[in-house]
Amino acid sequence: MSFRRLIPALLLAGTAAAMASGAPAATLAIGNGAEPGTLDPQKTSGAWETRITRSLFDRLIDYDVDGSLVPGLAESWRISDDGTVYTFHLRDARWSDGEPITASDAVFALRRLLAPATANHNANLYYAIHNARAVNTGKAEPATLGVSAPDDRTLVVHLDQPAAYFLQALAMSEAAPLPEHLIERAGTGWTEPGTLVSSGAFTLEAWRPQAFVRVARNPRFYAADSVALDGATFYPIDDAGAALNRFRSGELDIAYSGVPAARFDWVKQHLGDALRVGPLVAEYFYMFNLRDGQPLADPRVREALNLAVRRDVITRQLLGMGQRSSYWYVPRATAGGTRGRMAFAEESPEARLQRAQALMREAGYGPEHPLPLTLRYNTLEDHKKIAVAVAAMWKPLGVEVDLINSEAAVHYAAVAAGDFQVARYGMVATVDDPYDFLNAYADGGSAARSSGYHDADYDALVERSTQTLDPAARARLMTRAEQRLLDDYALLPLYDYVSAHLVAPGITGWQSTPTDVHPLRYIQIED
Amino acid sequence: MLSYTLKRLLQAIPTLLIVITISFFLMRIAPGGPFDGERQLPPEIEANLEAAYHLDEPLPMQYLRYMGNLLQGDFGPSFKYKDFSVSELILQGFPVSLEIGGLAILLALLLGLPLGVIAAIRRNSAIDYAVMGTALAGIAIPNFVIAPILALVFGVLLAWLPAGGWNGGAWPNLVLPVIALSIQQIAYIARMMRASMIEVLGSHYIRTARAKGLSESQVILRHAIRPALLPVTSYLGPAIAGIITGSVVIEQIFGIPGIGRYFVQGALNRDYTLVMGTVVFYGALIVLMNLLVDLAYSALDPQIRYD
Repeated sequence: MSFRRLIPALLLAGTAAAMASGAPAATLAIGNGAEPGTLDPQKTSGAWETRITRSLFDRLIDYDVDGSLVPGLAESWRISDDGTVYTFHLRDARWSDGEPITASDAVFALRRLLAPATANHNANLYYAIHNARAVNTGKAEPATLGVSAPDDRTLVVHLDQPAAYFLQALAMSEAAPLPEHLIERAGTGWTEPGTLVSSGAFTLEAWRPQAFVRVARNPRFYAADSVALDGATFYPIDDAGAALNRFRSGELDIAYSGVPAARFDWVKQHLGDALRVGPLVAEYFYMFNLRDGQPLADPRVREALNLAVRRDVITRQLLGMGQRSSYWYVPRATAGGTRGRMAFAEESPEARLQRAQALMREAGYGPEHPLPLTLRYNTLEDHKKIAVAVAAMWKPLGVEVDLINSEAAVHYAAVAAGDFQVARYGMVATVDDPYDFLNAYADGGSAARSSGYHDADYDALVERSTQTLDPAARARLMTRAEQRLLDDYALLPLYDYVSAHLVAPGITGWQSTPTDVHPLRYIQIED
Repeated sequence: MLSYTLKRLLQAIPTLLIVITISFFLMRIAPGGPFDGERQLPPEIEANLEAAYHLDEPLPMQYLRYMGNLLQGDFGPSFKYKDFSVSELILQGFPVSLEIGGLAILLALLLGLPLGVIAAIRRNSAIDYAVMGTALAGIAIPNFVIAPILALVFGVLLAWLPAGGWNGGAWPNLVLPVIALSIQQIAYIARMMRASMIEVLGSHYIRTARAKGLSESQVILRHAIRPALLPVTSYLGPAIAGIITGSVVIEQIFGIPGIGRYFVQGALNRDYTLVMGTVVFYGALIVLMNLLVDLAYSALDPQIRYD
């Protein structure tokens, strides 16, 4: 037998052996983007981790297949009229070791989430809970947090003020009730296979760092009958090209590593039925340094820079993956309905350029007095292409751009320190609510601290919108806040992100969702 | 020889100490930190994270803490892979890198040495040009180009082998990464062996051996190959240390759970403890491999003796 024939023959023999040993049929192979750093849902930092922890730990409030909120471990809940007291009724459910899931597991988890030692990245999303900030900064004991369990099936959460996004926050992976009985006993080793106890549709079967994480169906999950998959294996594949190869060879059913930009058209043409592109709650924009003394402290310059950038050229000709040109700050896919828009959006490019040049002349710049400007971006081919294009679009304004490319850690540190004039920024939602975006530019928010933006009226609008519970009234307030930011030209929005994943044609129960959450419990493999 | 070995091992301690100290401070001087992300963390949360990893302490204090833990064999927790200590990550990944790297070196020696010898004997012949031309291409084409092409051709288009994945080290999963990793080494070794063979073949003792009337194959096998191996041997020391500690490119493209990625990714993520752990490990391996090379010298060259 020639070598050529030998290899497939041996492979076939191997496959046959695997099937004879009774390997489960309905297991999903997932290219998961990166290696999880932790399976402790309160210590995760990225989607490659929460995709796994969500399958292990059910939240009080869960996501449906389309990304909308549905009851999870909480069967029902009631919100007091003033919006500050949330009462959850937990369903009769058990941990995978048979222990009941009680309201005190939820209390334990929320106290642990806000304890300083946990060092949770998103703890500030829960600062609306009574005493949460004091607990998180070590000024109060976790026991003083405004959460209580009057009985095993009832959880009460007291907020200091209404927070319209709060249910969204509770649907986050880190807010999941945790097995107090196990964590008290096992300590930091509680996430190991064989030790970890889960509440979700799956349990942890094996974890081989950099090779795979395997989960298996949890027979004690409260809706176990509705779960189609026997299990799933998450492979950490960073490289989009490698993921594409392994998807094409049939080794992966779903690839979350993205599609290599250079091969997107090829994939669209040849793997069209597998390519799933959908809008994301994520915005790509250029942040302006608005501090006094900076050239961009002048609103005329900011408006001119915005006017001169032709978003469609970037989204259609440079990117071409379906990204939506943006004249706003809150991505249009966000739930909650903000509708801010830069005034010039519908004008012709020529009219915009003329006005931009006039504004620059007014501000004292032009071909004779060029404005030198630095534009920072982190290392990535697409960021570079966009930066070069934007610099070319600014050239007719007399703007001379100095491009500064640095690795991610250096870029983010410079942005955080305000050490930039214009900086590439990608804001990805933590919760599917405009609050997440708007609050970043409000007093103390991440974007406000980086850019030096400060506007008391804007802050007041954001604050009011957070405390307004009527959705329509809230949307109006949020739109007003967003419009203020846009009328100020405080930033330069470029596009709304899209997600691009590969999903094998036989897979059902998988949808593109704005938060890019795809619960494993609904996924099925059709024959 | 034993006392020489012990002496060399003792000398390694200050070397490693210097390497660790320089790496520690270089890493901290680099701008950006482990918690600098797309979105700036609220100051309260950044403070919690820094306290959790003792980054709120003065740098000299952190250095002393690190050295103290290191002396007890504790490399500390990884910043990014929070559920694992750095020692666990290295101990779990190293056998994989060792296996892939070891096989790649073996393959490189098995192919590279004979090719180099043949090219040297048939100097300026068609065979020589073919071998050296291919070797030049092997050196010139980086493995981040070769690896995806191998995966595409043999994994996707021909579907003879898996396009990636480790699968517990099953041999079909080893083939492509080992080939991808060894191509450059084959090329280096073949070129080095050829050059050193040519030099040896021109030396006086080879002329003497031929004058004695030995056949050409005896001349080559008994007198030429052994001394010609010396430069290859000194290349092999650091090369083996480099290859068995993994390759970030090969690991990422083929999904190999080795330790090569930890060095590069650790540095990019500012995962201080992980980078330090790999530096210490890599440094110790280099010292060890260089010692083995020196000991191998005495076996290959009768003029070299360590007493």
